[in-house]
Amino acid sequence: MSNSKTVSTIAVLGLLSAVITATGASARDLTVVSWGGTYQDAQRKIYFEPFSKAIGKPVLDEAWDGGIGVLQAKVKAGNPAWDAVQVEADELALGCADGLFEKVDWSKLGGKDAFLPSAVSDCGVGAIVWSTAIAYDGAKIADGPKSWADFWDVQKFPGKRALRKGAKYTLEFALMADGVPANKVYEVLATPDGVDRAFKKLDELKPNLVWWSSGAQPLQLLASGEVAMTSAYNGRITGIDRSEGKKFKVVWPGSIYAVDSWVVLKGAENKQAAFDFIAFTSKPENQSKLPEYIAYGLPNKEAGKRVPPQFLADLPTAPANMEGAQALNVDFWIDNLETLTKRFDAWLAK
Amino acid sequence: MSAAGQRLGQLALVLPLVLFLGVFFVWPLFSVLEQAVSDPVVSRHLPATAAASAAWDRTSAPPAEMQQALVRDLRAIDDDQVLGDLVRRLNSAQPGFRTLMRKTVSAARAGGGPLDLAELDPRWREVPFWRAIADATNPYTDRNLLAAVDLQRDTSGAVTIIPEGESANRAILLRTFLVAATVTLATCLIGLPYAMLVASSAGWRRQLLLAAVLLPLWTSLLVRTTAWYILLQDQGLINSTLSALGLTARPLPLLFNRTGVIIAMTHVLLPFMVLPIYSVLIAIPKNLVPAAASLGAGPIRAFVHVLLPLTLRGIASGALLVFMAALGYYITPALIGGPKDQMISSVIAFYATGSANWGMAGALGIVLLAATLVLYGIYGRLSAANTTRA
Repeated sequence: MSNSKTVSTIAVLGLLSAVITATGASARDLTVVSWGGTYQDAQRKIYFEPFSKAIGKPVLDEAWDGGIGVLQAKVKAGNPAWDAVQVEADELALGCADGLFEKVDWSKLGGKDAFLPSAVSDCGVGAIVWSTAIAYDGAKIADGPKSWADFWDVQKFPGKRALRKGAKYTLEFALMADGVPANKVYEVLATPDGVDRAFKKLDELKPNLVWWSSGAQPLQLLASGEVAMTSAYNGRITGIDRSEGKKFKVVWPGSIYAVDSWVVLKGAENKQAAFDFIAFTSKPENQSKLPEYIAYGLPNKEAGKRVPPQFLADLPTAPANMEGAQALNVDFWIDNLETLTKRFDAWLAK
Repeated sequence: MSAAGQRLGQLALVLPLVLFLGVFFVWPLFSVLEQAVSDPVVSRHLPATAAASAAWDRTSAPPAEMQQALVRDLRAIDDDQVLGDLVRRLNSAQPGFRTLMRKTVSAARAGGGPLDLAELDPRWREVPFWRAIADATNPYTDRNLLAAVDLQRDTSGAVTIIPEGESANRAILLRTFLVAATVTLATCLIGLPYAMLVASSAGWRRQLLLAAVLLPLWTSLLVRTTAWYILLQDQGLINSTLSALGLTARPLPLLFNRTGVIIAMTHVLLPFMVLPIYSVLIAIPKNLVPAAASLGAGPIRAFVHVLLPLTLRGIASGALLVFMAALGYYITPALIGGPKDQMISSVIAFYATGSANWGMAGALGIVLLAATLVLYGIYGRLSAANTTRA
């Protein structure tokens, strides 16, 4: 009895290890990583599945929450488990400088001129233009806030506020609330006095602030009435309005927009397939389908022109929405993120 | 079987355990420690600059020779990942190196001759940038460990406290221990009576009570935390019930503060307190309390003098489990807590994933581990004293 048990255990173990080696040896399918949620659902429908059909092979997709350390760890360990990853602008700049990404051959993508200038880089291809803006519930506040100064004004608009936990964006918004024009924000923030000024302005709002960290949280906070207004990603706001019939509004002046890009990790097993995938997502006929599902701007100029007119008004790239909006200054943040995060944490702990 | 053979057999039996501990415990711990103190990038990849910096007084503008040594060193680096490590290390000490180095490296690679750095970028005229390089020339450093407890070395090399408002690691570490201790106390206050209730019941009642503790344990931490998020909010179940009963005029602030964090963490960690106490309690003979009563002890006296001392072992191991687990909490304070409830693991997570500064992440981990070991040592002493007394 016990002997037969041992034998069977060994047999099972042997089988298991055979299975493990077999799967380990076979080639991994193209693995694409994006930001999850409704955004990735949309991407799956218009990019992942059609591309998988076109090449006749499965495309695996995973979600991540960002962080250059994650990518660095994967590349340094060798043979990264991801191929194409969608990254934020500062991750693109850091990873490109650190040699974590493969270089892009723009001739295969229709040339650099086919894209918005901010979507072009040595290592990445712009995927979306997205914006962080004030959001409020139009059903609860009829005459809503118009600016960050209004966001700070708890007399005029009673209730709590929510911001994304972290120094990035928060300091810019504080300076705008203090009267700095959007296009001068980084000039002021580059000086020690400017940083002090931003923190001082934050002190004013601190008792009324709650902090969020993942993109779905601000909507939940608004919907439950926990806060009167919040910063949020514009695509999510429009998304919940369309899917759940909410009346959440985006305040475009004073919003900060940035470009997310597709990169291919250095040494990725499916490098070629990954670049083919990126080229597929960058084709105007494919990319122009995105705004129907989620209100993000398109980096391919031709794709931008093909967006059906009813979706145009919600995009960060619509000319009316660009007015008074500011582009994220990536260089400022790659220099200062660590120091200002330390200071921000110290300020939070005060 | 001979004695030696038997010894060999025993060794073979424990070998997997030793290997497991070595590979999954000792080695990672050692590498974390090494990450925290090793600082090889500048000495390895900027050797000429490091050598030239020895002759520099660290207060005036650096000699031209050091400047050109840097240009030569940068030209010699052809691996972008090495350059990335170098820049990350320097930018962590002096913000601005990221963009400065990008500019300098492309200029150095473009031309072959000497380069006027001050002309290229005015930041090269500033001494702090050069000092950051000179400070990094030693392959081993204590700066991460010092920074983990809000200390730094000033220009003369003396250890000083980082000015208030620039770093809060000490406050956050203290808070981490405070929250863990509060949660331990709360789980103990709830867990002990509960375990006694379970141990004294029988049949389906005991199964039901145990299931009430065990079922949440099998549910994902994130799900339980999110459930608390929904219960605790202003329009949540707790507040709406209280106001419907007319007990409160306005919603109690339960979310985004310490109260919420303690409530949620106590619930999540309760099984780790209840189960050890329960396992001790069921081993205690049932007739001890009646025996004490027969000798004239009231219920309270019987509990304090008979039951509690016998349960102490369970309470102590439960407290240890809960405390250690609570120290590393990350998701619950992040979702339920406010800005003043952030615990040290969120800071470690920022350095590890957010800025790829493994040295700082390692140093904070080491400090947390060391502090925990000290507490564990105290606990060991106390429990040893307890056993001898018993």
